[in-house]
Parts: sequence; C-alpha cells; structure tokens
Amino acid sequence: MNLPSPTLLAQAILSGIFVGALYGLLGLGLSLSWGLLRQINLSHFALAFLGAYLSYQLATVGGVDPLVTLLVIAPLFFVLGAAIHGLLSRFAVTPLNSLLVTFGLTVIIESVIQWYWTADYRRLASRYADITFRAGPLFVPLPELMTFLLSVSLCVAVWATLRYTDLGKAIRAAAEDAPIAAAFGVNQRTLAALLSGVCAALPGAPGVCLALSYTLTPSQLYAWIGVVFAAVMIGGLGSALGPLFAGIVIGVSEAITMALTAPSWAPLVSFSLLIVVLLVRPGRA
Amino acid sequence: MPFFGLPAFYETFLYLVFHWIVLATSWNILSGYSGYFSFGQGAFFGLGVYATATLAAHYRWPFLATLPMAAAAAAGLGLALGTVVFRVKQVRGELFALLTLAVTFVLATVILNTSIDGGPGVYLSAVSLPAIGRTPASTFYLLELGLAVATLAIAWWIARSRLGTGLFAIHDDEDVAEVLGVPTFRCKQVAFAIGCALAGAAGGIHALFVSYVTVAETFSITVPLTVVLMSVLGGTRHWAGPAVGAAVITIISYASTTGDHVLAGKAAVGVILIAVILFMPEGILGTLRPGRTRSKRQQGEVPQAVVPAGPGDQDFPRPAIQSSTTGARVLSLREVSKAFAGIKALDRVTLDVYRGEILGLLGPNGSGKSTLINVVSGYYSADAGSIVFDGQSIERWPPHRVARIGLARTYQIPRPFAHSSVLDNVVLTAMFGAPALSRRDALIEARRWLDFTGLASKANALPAELNLHQRKFLEFSRALASRPQLLLLDEVLSGLTPTEIDSAVGLIRRIRDQGTTIVLVEHLMRAVIALADRIAVLDQGSLIAEGMPDDVMAQAAVKAAYLGTAANVAG
Repeated sequence: MNLPSPTLLAQAILSGIFVGALYGLLGLGLSLSWGLLRQINLSHFALAFLGAYLSYQLATVGGVDPLVTLLVIAPLFFVLGAAIHGLLSRFAVTPLNSLLVTFGLTVIIESVIQWYWTADYRRLASRYADITFRAGPLFVPLPELMTFLLSVSLCVAVWATLRYTDLGKAIRAAAEDAPIAAAFGVNQRTLAALLSGVCAALPGAPGVCLALSYTLTPSQLYAWIGVVFAAVMIGGLGSALGPLFAGIVIGVSEAITMALTAPSWAPLVSFSLLIVVLLVRPGRA
Repeated sequence: MPFFGLPAFYETFLYLVFHWIVLATSWNILSGYSGYFSFGQGAFFGLGVYATATLAAHYRWPFLATLPMAAAAAAGLGLALGTVVFRVKQVRGELFALLTLAVTFVLATVILNTSIDGGPGVYLSAVSLPAIGRTPASTFYLLELGLAVATLAIAWWIARSRLGTGLFAIHDDEDVAEVLGVPTFRCKQVAFAIGCALAGAAGGIHALFVSYVTVAETFSITVPLTVVLMSVLGGTRHWAGPAVGAAVITIISYASTTGDHVLAGKAAVGVILIAVILFMPEGILGTLRPGRTRSKRQQGEVPQAVVPAGPGDQDFPRPAIQSSTTGARVLSLREVSKAFAGIKALDRVTLDVYRGEILGLLGPNGSGKSTLINVVSGYYSADAGSIVFDGQSIERWPPHRVARIGLARTYQIPRPFAHSSVLDNVVLTAMFGAPALSRRDALIEARRWLDFTGLASKANALPAELNLHQRKFLEFSRALASRPQLLLLDEVLSGLTPTEIDSAVGLIRRIRDQGTTIVLVEHLMRAVIALADRIAVLDQGSLIAEGMPDDVMAQAAVKAAYLGTAANVAG
C-alpha cells in the first residue's frame, strides 16, 4: 500500500464523487419503482444503455447536441415504461417475479442494441469531451461535471416533488396503502402508470451521461447492475436522494481504494458494504 | 446405453445440457423447494472452477481428486454464508437474492486480486484428463452424465424425504413451519450445502473442459440468472423441473448458434422467460402436474385408520409427551417482559397454568394476549423473565424445539400452507412435532384428526377452497396432530356462527378431557364462561386479575379495562 500524493488523492476523491453521482442517477428510477411500485426493474440498465446508444446515434448521425437528445429519449421511454407497467400490474406480478420478467426484458433490449449497433465499441465524440476545467491543482472534465449537475438537480427535483407537492404525497400514500389511499380519492392506477412512465424516462438521463463519458458496448450494461443495486439498497428504497448519497459514498470509497491499492479491488468495497447493510438493517425493504 | 459413439459435436452439446441440468437442479434444491431464491449459484460454481484450477494446475493434483475438494469448498462457503444469513429473519425473498449476488462479486474480486488468479487467468492445458471415454469429448460427456444423474437422483430423493417436506413448508410459511416443529435453520443449511457441493463439482469438471479459466468468464452474471430462468421455466417445485428448463433453454440457445440467429436466440430466451412468468408461474411441470398428486398417490397406499364416524364417541390419544415432572404446573411465567421499539407489549407478567385446566386469557385489544402466545411458543424471545414449560426453561429456545416437547398453538387468522392439501398440512405436524412419526404413521394420525374435526371429506382440497370455519378447524387439526401437552388457542372462535361456536366449544372440552391443557385467548364471553376453569386478564401488557371467572369479572379493574371509568357529568 503506497500512499499517493495529496493531489492524487484529492483527484481520486473528486472522480469518485462524479462516478458516484452517476450511480445515484442510475439508481434513481430503480429506487423509485422498487420502493413505490414494488417492482424491481432490472431493465432500467438496459434502458439506460439504449438511451446512451440513441444519444450516440442522434448526435453522430443527426448532429444533434447530446443534451438535446434527452428531449426525444425521455418521452419515448415514458411510453415504454407505462406499457411495461401495464403488463406487470395486469398479471399482479410479485416483486421477485418482476425481477425475473424485467431480466427477460433486459436480454431482449440488449439483443436489439447488439443487432442494430453491433458489439463494436462506440464512442460519442462531442465537443464537451474536450473541455476540462481546473480547480487549483485538480482537473474537472466537463462531461463529468455535467453528469454531476444533472444528477443532483434531477434527484433534488424528484425529492422535492415527492416531499412537497400534492402529487408527490398522493404517490407516497398510494405506495404505502393503495386501497386506503383510493378511499381518500387518490387515483392509484393513473398515478402508478404515471410513476412507472417517469421511472422509465429517468434512465434516459444517465444514458446520455454514459454516452458522453464512456465507450459503449452492449455487454457493459451488466457491469453496473451490482454497484447500483448496492447504492439503492444502502440509500433506501423509494428514496430520491438516498441513492445519490450512497452512490457518492460508494464512489469515493472505491476511488480511495483504487488509489491506495489496485483498481481491481474496487468492487469489494460496494459489495461488502451492501452485504453489511443487508445483514444489519434488512428491514429497509 | 449412454455411450452411443456420437460425433464429438453432439457429445459436447450433451455435456452442456448436462452441465446446465446439474447447475439448475442443484440451485433448485434450496431455492426452488424452500423459496430462498439465491443469485449466488455463480459463486459456488466459480469456487469449484478455481478449486480445481488451483489444485490441478498449481499443485499438480490428479484431476479426479480435485473434484471432491471443489465440492467441499463450495459446500463450505455455502455453510459459512448460511450460518450468518439464515439467522437474520428479514433476509428473505429479494434481499436474500441480492445478498447472494453480492457474495458472488466479492468472491470474484478476491480471486482476481490474490494469487489464486491474479489477473491473467489459469491455464489447465498441462493437466491430464483421465481416459474414461475414448476421446476427451466422450470423457467429459460421461463425467457430466454421471454428475447429472447423481444430481437428479438427489433432488428426487430430497423431494420425497422429510427434508423435502420441511423445505416445502418453509416455502409456504416459514414462521408457521418453525412453530410446528420443523428445524428450519438445519433444513436450509443442509439443502444449501448439498446444492452448493453439486455446483462446485460441476465447476471442477468445467474448469478442465474450458481449460483456460478467467474471473470475468467464470463469475459473469450469466450463471446466476440462467439457472433461475431454467428452473422457473421448468417448475421450481418439481425435482425434474429445472432439468426440463435446462434442456429447453440449452437447445434453443444452441440451435441458433449459427451466425445471424444468435441474437434472435438470445431475444427468444428473454421472451420465453417473460411469457413463463406471466402465464405459467408454476413452470412447465407445475402447470401440467399440479402439486397435489403426492397425497392422492399415497391415499391409496395407506390403510384406512379405523375411526368411528362423528367426533362424539372417539377415544382420543393422550398427549404424545408424558410429562417429565409430576408438578401441577405445566407452564410458569415469571416477570416476562417484551417491548417493541418502546411499546411495552408485556410488562412483568407472572402467570401459572395448571395441568388439565382451561385457562381463559382475556383483555381488550392490544393488551398483549397474542404477544404472550408468540413469546411462549418461541416466535419472539422475551426481553426479560423466565418461562418454564414442563420443567424446562424455554426462554431462549427456538420455536421448533418448544414444539417438540409438546406445545402447540393456533393462529387467529389461519395460516395454512397454501400449496399443500389439507391432509398434508396436518401430516407435517405429526411428522415434525412431538410424536415425530414416519410419513406412513403420520398419515394415519392426520386422518384421525381430520375425522375428529370433521374435515375428512376435504382431505385433498387446498386451503384456498375452505371457508373460514373449515380453515379454523384445519388450524385445530394441525395443532392437535402433534398431541400437545399444552395447546394455546388464539381467538379460535372469532368469525364463527353460533352453531359453529357450539361445536367448537364441545370440541375444546373434549380435547381437555383427554389430558391436554388449554390456554384460551377469547373475546366471546359465553364461550369463556362455558369453558374456562380460571381466567386471567391482561391490560396494556400487565396482568391485572387472575382467578375464578365470577370473581375476576366482578373486579373494578377489569371492568375499567373493558368499559372505561365513569366520567363525572356536571349536572
């Protein structure tokens, strides 16, 4: 274990914060649909990658600014999400079975991605990638900064909606006890459809971020599943800000581990944390 | 028979089919039978792979000798994991699935970073394959065939055994199974260890088959998710379900291996999984052969017990456990307390129950009656105080141990095992409770109790087909089949019509007459007056009165607990 310089450590922590914000953003839709709809939506990751590829396609072929592609992707996913939800609720699928059904969807979406874009590595070349800010001795690449800002603003926006608006309160009430909420005039069915549409539209955002910062290949979507689940569970199901904080904690721990030991030890951090949380505080689900 | 001398391609293809049969069936032994869906089969498989890789390539062990070690290592990891995880009550369902998935990634990381693999992977090209078949492909085919046959035989045997009955009960309602005498922790551990060992062995063989192992390939998310898919497709409750699913999926996946259709095959697997979960949640075998066939088959085998019709004129067996003490007290509670996050459900309750009596336990809602039953039966552990049952201190005992020495309880809202017939529900108690009978004897015993409670005509029905009265009487039968010394009845009369109540009251009296002590939690006053020798009243967790019914009901404190205190109305 060799102690790196303070600058290197600080840079590692900074990049840990950025990647943690991406974990949180990826976890946002997952946490909401698990906590509020009792559906574990594994296809969330496939949708994020589909969004990444769509963003890549529109930007590379259509010349559209990657951020603007979100305006196309989000409504498309919203419709898809509402459709999936219709299917799951019509068959009264249990949470565990929803995991299996959405795994099936993940495989289908991955096959579609691979069929259209092949397994070749794709890299979105945007003008954002070239810009890097300096904060003292530290480097702050623009795509990562944009990811962070997008993540924080979306998570806070969702949190505020759930917390302060009537719509948010109705959603939370319906999640806790649907029949009673219905007795108080909450239209649970419409809300659930709306919520699942939003939960499916949300992965579009991290998708765009992925396209900006990472090289894409279809099989990579599985690499994110474990660590994002860890962030969601540690942050608390149904929470909008929880996965963000947990994601940042995980990201920073991973980065420090990578700086102090070797990069390949990083997964140990998030999964050990997850195991500990599951054993010590299992009641959160 | 198995050696057709097929071209190498077919032998390799069959190797893969057997490989997945072993992985899926071994997974199903714990996860399908007991409902603890594990996403960690990849960890045990991978551990087997690396055990063989390390022993054969680094330490030059003969290949076949590494296989038992691979199985043992995987079983060891499973046992260690189970020791920690199975004790935490809330880790079930999707939490258990995620935890086992996390373990897979942790193990993969550790192997990747230590000298076991270190990064570049392990080559087994220098390891010699014993010449069991004429060609290497044949050898692997025969090895895996042997393992698959062994795995299927084990799965079949477990499904029919006591262990299997316990696992299926755990699947339907683990808490009730534990209370009825099933040693749930032990059942899960054994099933887990067996499933892991078989996966480890499959991993060992596979290591040499691929002859170059890497962490990324071995610990990918494919294995854990695919075994779930295959088992769910075939049917998790049936021993052959995973094998059917494995065969179907492998054939589909490899039928489309030719170029363009790979992705179509992959997508087809996804579509199949979705269709199966939505339309055939019991899987192929579960839909074709509903799970009630077992009791139907055995119905013909067992000689009918000679029991007279009608519950009135039967000679009921005495309690299974003859008391080990001659004392008059069968249950003694001293200063028993139990709090839930600040709410004192039981506050220093001191109570005796005398042998042969019916003790009525009364109190307003929320006074702690059900908590008392839960604490005595072992479902909750008391925070303080002592509980002595039949001369033994049972405060720290797990529920199944308490059931074994002759304590039984019913549930206020009936909790039968939904997937088992009425008869099987009762058979379980007779097998695991105090009498601990063999299945054959337990069937006779179960039929006797079903006759006693009048449910004989419904023996093969599923609990969902019974009305409330019948379900309550099923609870009765289930509790009685263990022939307890002490029977705790939790509001067994609620929801019944007056006629049904009369018949239930008569039944309770007859049970006591045969030597079983009864604690009756009840709201219905006329039943309490008719039945109880003594009553005890709880209010907000404390015992406020105890004694003969008339004396207790006249006490001011009891009246206040039920009716409140008089308010002064200013006139």
